[in-house]
Amino acid sequence: MLRYIGKRLLMMVITLWVIVTLTFILMVTIPGSPFNSERGTNEAVQANLEAHYNLDKPYIVQYVLYLKSIVTFDFGPSIKQPSQTVNEMLGRGFPISFELGIITIIVAVLSGVTLGVFAALKHNQIIDYVAMGFAVLGISIPNFVLATLLIQQLAVNIEWFPVARWLSPAHMILPVTALATGPMAIIARLTRSTMLEVLTQDYIKMARAKGLAPWKIICKHALRNALMPVVTIMGTLLAGILTGTFVIEKIFAVPGMGKYFVESINQRDYPVIMGTTVFYSAFLIVMLFLVDIAYGILDPRIKLHKKGGRE
Amino acid sequence: MEKLLEVHDLHVAFSTYGGTIKAVRGVNFYLHKGETLAIVGESGCGKSVTSQAIMRLIPEPPGKIVRGKVMFKGKEITRYTEKQMRSIRGVEISMIFQDPMTALNPTLTIGTQLMEGLQEHQSIRGETATSKALEMMHLVGIPNPKERLKQYPHQFSGGMRQRIVIAMALICEPELLIADEPTTALDVTIQAQILELFTTIQAKTGISIILITHDLGVVAKIADRIAVMYAGKIIETGTKRDLFYNQQHPYTKGLLKSVPRLDLKEEQLSPIDGTPPDLFAPPQGCPFTARCPYAMEVCDNVYPVTTERSSSHRVDCWLQDKRAQQLLARTANQ
Repeated sequence: MLRYIGKRLLMMVITLWVIVTLTFILMVTIPGSPFNSERGTNEAVQANLEAHYNLDKPYIVQYVLYLKSIVTFDFGPSIKQPSQTVNEMLGRGFPISFELGIITIIVAVLSGVTLGVFAALKHNQIIDYVAMGFAVLGISIPNFVLATLLIQQLAVNIEWFPVARWLSPAHMILPVTALATGPMAIIARLTRSTMLEVLTQDYIKMARAKGLAPWKIICKHALRNALMPVVTIMGTLLAGILTGTFVIEKIFAVPGMGKYFVESINQRDYPVIMGTTVFYSAFLIVMLFLVDIAYGILDPRIKLHKKGGRE
Repeated sequence: MEKLLEVHDLHVAFSTYGGTIKAVRGVNFYLHKGETLAIVGESGCGKSVTSQAIMRLIPEPPGKIVRGKVMFKGKEITRYTEKQMRSIRGVEISMIFQDPMTALNPTLTIGTQLMEGLQEHQSIRGETATSKALEMMHLVGIPNPKERLKQYPHQFSGGMRQRIVIAMALICEPELLIADEPTTALDVTIQAQILELFTTIQAKTGISIILITHDLGVVAKIADRIAVMYAGKIIETGTKRDLFYNQQHPYTKGLLKSVPRLDLKEEQLSPIDGTPPDLFAPPQGCPFTARCPYAMEVCDNVYPVTTERSSSHRVDCWLQDKRAQQLLARTANQ
């Protein structure tokens, strides 16, 4: 197990390096500089500014400097807002984005699995049709459309929820709903189909023949096996939710990391781009790693280390 | 002798898009305490459905027990509620399924699955449950039970898994064990071991066994009595002696003839020609008529009355009728 984790950590570092390098290449190939939009600066001032931020150095030197800043996790101050360091921006934005993301995942998994299980248990009955119809809608409607609809209907027309911002639990309901509906629908459909398959397995018949209570058969014997594929797609869903937060944060004026991420790219604010990219990538890579670990815990047949297996 | 289980006129049907399949059509049999009854027949004859109907494990819908009753220890369990049935399943009647590779949950340890029944029905947990589980594993012949308890099904071979399944079925000390083709999925040497195990367990615990199989070799080895099923009906039943040496129904005869034998010189097996009838629309007469070498006009139209040849031996066949016997004698003389 330890060896496996060690190997994975090494892979994660390599993945991160590839992402950083690609981001750097993209950054230098896109035309423009952080000072393009500054007015009334002459060439000498521009050159001075570039020299100050090491932007006049050869690319290879800049690249090494970037790598150094990543290793030390010190990205320095933002170019556009020199009063703040990148770390300060991340420290302010990340907890909010994380809150939004985590609540969304919890809501999506809990409601998706519940919906899927009920649909499977009431296979080909009204509940099944309603749940799956709902799921198809959830998959088809993009989250930004849903977000606008929710704001118009529930916040503007009947004023149940605040229109925007991130201040109280009531503020969280609409953004989380908008962001969670898609993943929830995917999870619900997947849970239903795997659950239907698992319910026909012999070990479920065996559990019934043992005289176990129905809820025990479902929770202990069926659900655990049915959740395997759900855990598998969690990685992809996480990435989707993460990028979804950019859009949703923008629509609901949530002061998370998404704002910095998008603005920094528009403004060529190199240290902020690097900081947010590295941070997002590292976060996603760690989450995917946790998903793999969870997989091994749920299914004993999947051995994370080389030893063991059939004896 | 006391009758542990009696099945009277059991009818089970499944409604499908194509129509209603009458899988079991009036089955009668009984089982004494400590006895082994083998239900024999080819695929689709209704033997598994019969056993699952006793346990009330038929998925409803599409399945349904249309008519008939099952008496267990003098009580009509066909009238029991689902909750009452749950207190019987695993405790008084246990079941073993065909394929040990799929009968165990791959994500739970053997120990958890073994002790589950104890917790559910007898609220036995912890040390007591563990020692009971170890005792059962010892009974079914699993070496190193202590370590094995913590392992998962994929760490066991097929034969070992079937032993675990048997231990699981026996842990609450039921009085009746229904084994649905328990050796079909195993290779021959393991089959012999598992059958041996059944005999030992029966000698030790006095449990009654219903053995469902299509393997007449298995039957010859451990059954006391045999019921031959065809197209949802029991067409002949009797003791092992009755059926192996004095079988009367042309189907039973055909079945026994089609078994490969080492003591005869014939090189070709003689199969029963044709296929069983369609159970969407079972024939009103004897279902075997179309394949029967002795079929008469009456066989097509009326299902034969049951003939009791002795207290144990019963046959559903018109050839048992006195007039048919006379006719046979006359043709033999000519």
